[in-house]
Formats: sequence, structure tokens, C-alpha cells
Amino acid sequence: MSVLTQAAADGMVVARRNLIKVKRVPDLLIFTTIQPVMFVLLFAYVFGGAIHPKGVNYREFLMAGIFTQTVAFGSAITAIGLADDLQKGIIDRFRSLPMARSAVLVGRTTSDLVNNLIVMVVMSLCGLLVGWRIHRSVGYALLGYIVIFAFAFAMSWVSATIGLSVSSVEVAQSAGFIWLFPVSFLSNAFVPTSQLTRFLRPIADWNPMSSVVASARELFGNKGTEKLSTAWSMHHPVVTALGWSLLLLLIFIPLSVRKYRAAATR
Amino acid sequence: MVAATPEPSAAGRAGSTRAGAGAIVAHGLVKHYGEVRALDGIDLDVPEGTVMALLGPNGAGKTTAVRIFTTLLEPDSGHATVAGLDVVHDADAVRRTIGMSGQNAAVDEYLTGRENLDMIGNLYHLGKAASRARADELLERFDLVDAANRVVKTYSGGMRRRLDLAGSLVANPRVLFLDEPTTGLDPRSRLGMWDVIEELVGGGTTLLLTTQYLEEADRLADAIVVIDHGKVIARGTSDELKSQIGGERLELTVSSASELAATVDILRKVGVGEPTTEEKAHSAGVAVEGGSAVLIEALRQLDAAGVVVQDVGIRRPTLDDVFLALTGHAAEEAGEAAAAKKRGRRGDKGESS
Ligand SMILES: Nc1ncnc2c1ncn2[C@@H]1O[C@H](COP(=O)(O)OP(=O)(O)OP(=O)(O)O)[C@@H](O)[C@H]1O
Ligand SMILES: [Mg+2]
Repeated sequence: MSVLTQAAADGMVVARRNLIKVKRVPDLLIFTTIQPVMFVLLFAYVFGGAIHPKGVNYREFLMAGIFTQTVAFGSAITAIGLADDLQKGIIDRFRSLPMARSAVLVGRTTSDLVNNLIVMVVMSLCGLLVGWRIHRSVGYALLGYIVIFAFAFAMSWVSATIGLSVSSVEVAQSAGFIWLFPVSFLSNAFVPTSQLTRFLRPIADWNPMSSVVASARELFGNKGTEKLSTAWSMHHPVVTALGWSLLLLLIFIPLSVRKYRAAATR
Repeated sequence: MVAATPEPSAAGRAGSTRAGAGAIVAHGLVKHYGEVRALDGIDLDVPEGTVMALLGPNGAGKTTAVRIFTTLLEPDSGHATVAGLDVVHDADAVRRTIGMSGQNAAVDEYLTGRENLDMIGNLYHLGKAASRARADELLERFDLVDAANRVVKTYSGGMRRRLDLAGSLVANPRVLFLDEPTTGLDPRSRLGMWDVIEELVGGGTTLLLTTQYLEEADRLADAIVVIDHGKVIARGTSDELKSQIGGERLELTVSSASELAATVDILRKVGVGEPTTEEKAHSAGVAVEGGSAVLIEALRQLDAAGVVVQDVGIRRPTLDDVFLALTGHAAEEAGEAAAAKKRGRRGDKGESS
């Protein structure tokens, strides 16, 4: 077996193990789904009335933002899952086996992607209920989802690196999340970047999250305000978003694998 | 309590040992955790097919040593081989050869017992059918058939321990590492675990086990290495260690403390060296040479002096005495001191590939 196919095969064994847990502890999935659903409803009905970007249907505008923010936050469970395995000594067991060094991480990020997929289906249905619609062809819509999932997967590897760096599950629980607040609010997810102060604008325009949100809006045919920006990233969101995801993967896959090799039970 | 299953043939086992070399060898292993010198130059040599017990109080460095042999940790200096393979440079090959069960049972709570073993089989690349068959075989052997399809969350501590040990045996390893395999087990489970371990060793497995129970080392090990503060402080068979600290003692308990003075006078005459006493327990003892003849002589004299003896015996030193003599403290005391130290420590990471 080549190194890559072995890593993939071992990764799937680990992913299956993680998904069995999702199946046996269904409340976990229920609560990770309730939060984004709550977000959709709160933003649609509370802010939907108060925020009126020019020439834009705010509920339609909002959905791509909530989708992206949700998968980004959803990736934080990667950190928690790994920190938990580390604390329970399960990583030690894995590390003493002749399996691929990346398999535990491949398995974890894959099962978390499946988790995100399920949440996404629920959220999309919820969006349809509050009036969100896809206005372009199935192909574009699919590409829109692909951009979102590519970002989710990349963020999962960032999260894996965090999970293997912190000293306990409790720390992972907050360290996995807090940095996501500035990332998601310093973006075009909830407000047009053109409404931000001048010096925050370029940060928001080049925020990977913004490019994912802009891509989704464009590909779902939901009107955004990105074209008002002068930044290149906002005019080529799909390339930018996929580029960011690739870059994150190129940095954080090797980094987290290195962390994994050095991980000891704490 | 454990169903006997015939050992698979030697040819079916993972890995092989290079002729001539010990199955587990260490030279000058040193490992620091920040300020703490967890290992301070350990040398070991475990011949193939034998059992070595690594004995030591809490914090002695037992787990650290096991983690180095099982490739989870790299030593700061020194080197170690398992089945002739270097644990740092041939780590992957070592992993294919060994089985290990860590100090805390590393089993997945949300999987059933069977799923846990099956997963490990898959990760050893045994193939689907073979790993399922192996899982069934081990469940049978470890008396877990009834609980096989229950999630591990519902298992007792002893069941988890057994499942963890079963996990370490999935690939029929030539060399096995068990870190405190019976800690936390009730006496019956402990005896059961000992039976399993003896059966394994009977099949030719080389075993390094760590323990704080001296009787466990006494019963299972061909050779014992006592470590404290990361250093080897004694090694040998259990008989060798016992004879190191001297021969037999005559010990007796009398009916009241007022009789102790007369008792000590008599003991001084029949024994060698100065008798010891314990006022509260009304007991006294002395080192003797000559065993039962001395015992009879002592009893005759005590009887003549009108001392009422409640309990008397010739005692060979136990490993506990050895431990006390070697470390200057009993296993439990040392354990408490180290545990207190341990509670105060922060996590630290070791580098390994
Ligand atoms: N991850 C770590 N970070 C810092 N210090 C550590 C770490 N692991 C072990 N130590 C220290 O190294 C020393 C040896 O620890 P080790 O766990 O090897 O002892 P042990 O003999 O297995 O003890 P026990 O009987 O309690 O399991 C102890 O002083 C311990 O505090
Ligand atoms: Mg230990």
C-alpha cells in the first residue's frame, strides 16, 4: 500500500469511529444544529428589520454569512475532539500502532466535515423557510457549497493544530472558538464591508471568510454589496476563497501532523 | 475466569527478534521534563521470552521508560532497542512488533468492546475478516463476550482494563509492554489478569511490566529492576534481591508490653545482632541464623521465663523489606511524596516521531 492510500484507509477507520460517536450521542449534533438555526431566526427577524443595506434583501444577504460563520465555528469541534482523545490517552494508543501518522487527523477532519454537512442541510432548509432562495443554476449553487465546505475543511485543520497545542479539553473549548469572533465579525458576513471604518475595510475585504461569503452570495445569486469595494478579492471571490483554503491546508496540514507526532498525554 | 485459547504459531506473529540481542535493551536512557530528571541513565536488558518487572514508587520513571520503548517519547540521550530495532530510528518497525497497554485504559467509551478491538485490528492492517475474527477471539479470552456489544461507557474499571490489554494483543506482538496492568483491579480480577499474563508468557512473549505491587513482581517476573528517581537502584531475581538485605528474622508477639524486657533478653541470646521492639504491638524481632531450631530454643526459654507468646514465626524478607531497605522508604510513603509532587506539575511535551 502506498503511503497515501494507507493514510486514507487509516483515516477512514478513524473517521468511522468518530461518526459512531455522533450516532450514539445524538444530542451533540442536535445542539450544534440548534445554534445556527437560532442564528438564522434571530438575524432574519431581529436584525432583518433593523439593518437595511442599500438595494439588498437582508435575509438573502444574510444566509451566506450565517452559513460560512456556522461552518467556521463548526470546525472548532475538531480542536475539542482531538484534545479529548489526547486527554483520554487514545492518541497514545493510536501513536503506538503502525498506522499513518496523519490518519488520526485525516479521520477527525473528515468526520467533522460530515458533521458540518449535516448542519448545513438543516440550515439551508431553515433558510428556505425564512425566505432565502437560490437564484442560479444547480451547478453554480453546488460550486457555492463546495467553496463553503473547502473552507470548513481548511478551518478544521487550523482547529486541529489548536487542539493539539492546548493543555486540556477545557482550554480547547474556548481557544477553539474565541479567535473566530473577530474573524467572523470583521468580515462581510453580517454587514457590507463598505460600511466599516476606512482602516478596517481592507482587513475585512481580504479576510478569507469574506471571500467565502462573497463567493456563496455570487454563486447562489443572492445580491451582495461586494462590488462596491475596490479590493481585487471582492471582485474575484471564488478564486480568492479557494486560494485561501488551499493556503490554509498547505500550512496547517504539515503543522498539525508535526504537533501530532510530538503530542504526549497531559 | 479466562478461557484458554491456543496460541497462534510463532510464524504468525508480528516481527521477529534479531538473534543474540535481548528483546528489550536500553543503554543510558535519560529523559528530562523541564527541571525534573524523570530518567537518569537507565540500563536494561530483557532476554527474549522472559518477563521483567520494573518496580518503583510513584514518580520513579516507570511510565517514562515504557513510553520511550513504545516510541511515544524520544529519550534526551542514550538509546533503546526493541527486538533489535531502534525505538527512534526504526519507530515504525518497532510499532509493528510491540503491543502496549498504558497506565490508564485507552479505550473508546462510545464504541462497543468489539468495535474497539476491530478498529485496532484494522489499524494494524489485518484485513476486515481477520480483524473481526481476532476481536471475537480476544473477547472470548478476556471474558468479555457478554459485554461485547455494549458501549465501553457501561464497563467497569476492571472490564476496561481487560479490554485495553486485549487491544494490546490484537497483532500477536512478540514484545509486550504493560504499565501497571493490575492497578485498580479487585483481588479476583488481579488474579485473573495474572493468569492471562502467565499464559501469554508461556507462549513465548517477552514482557516488560511496571508495577508498584511487590507480590506482582514476585509472582510474574523472571527479573526485577527497582528504580527510584530515574535511577536503577537494584536488580536481580526476587530471591537475589531478598538475600541482598539479609536472611531470616524471628518475630513474635507477647501478651503484654511488660513482658517485652524479658523477651528482648532472650532474643538477644538466641539471635544475631540487636533485637527490635514495638511497644504498642507488644512485638519484638531479631535476625537469626538456623531457622526452626532457634525458634524452638527461643520458645523454650520464653516459656521458662513465664512469657505468654501469642504469635511467633520465622519470616523471610519480602520484597517490601527489600524496597524499604533500598529506597529508605516504604513503597506507599514514597508514592505519596511523589504523588504530591506530581499534583503540582504542569503538562509538558516530549518530542517523538
Ligand atoms: N508530561 C510530564 N511533564 C512533566 N513532568 C512529568 C511528565 N510526565 C512525568 N513527569 C515527571 O517525571 C517523573 C517520572 O514520571 P513517571 O510518570 O515516569 O513515573 P512513574 O514511575 O510511572 O509513576 P507512577 O507510579 O505514579 O505512574 C515524575 O517526577 C513526574 O512528575
Ligand atoms: Mg506510571
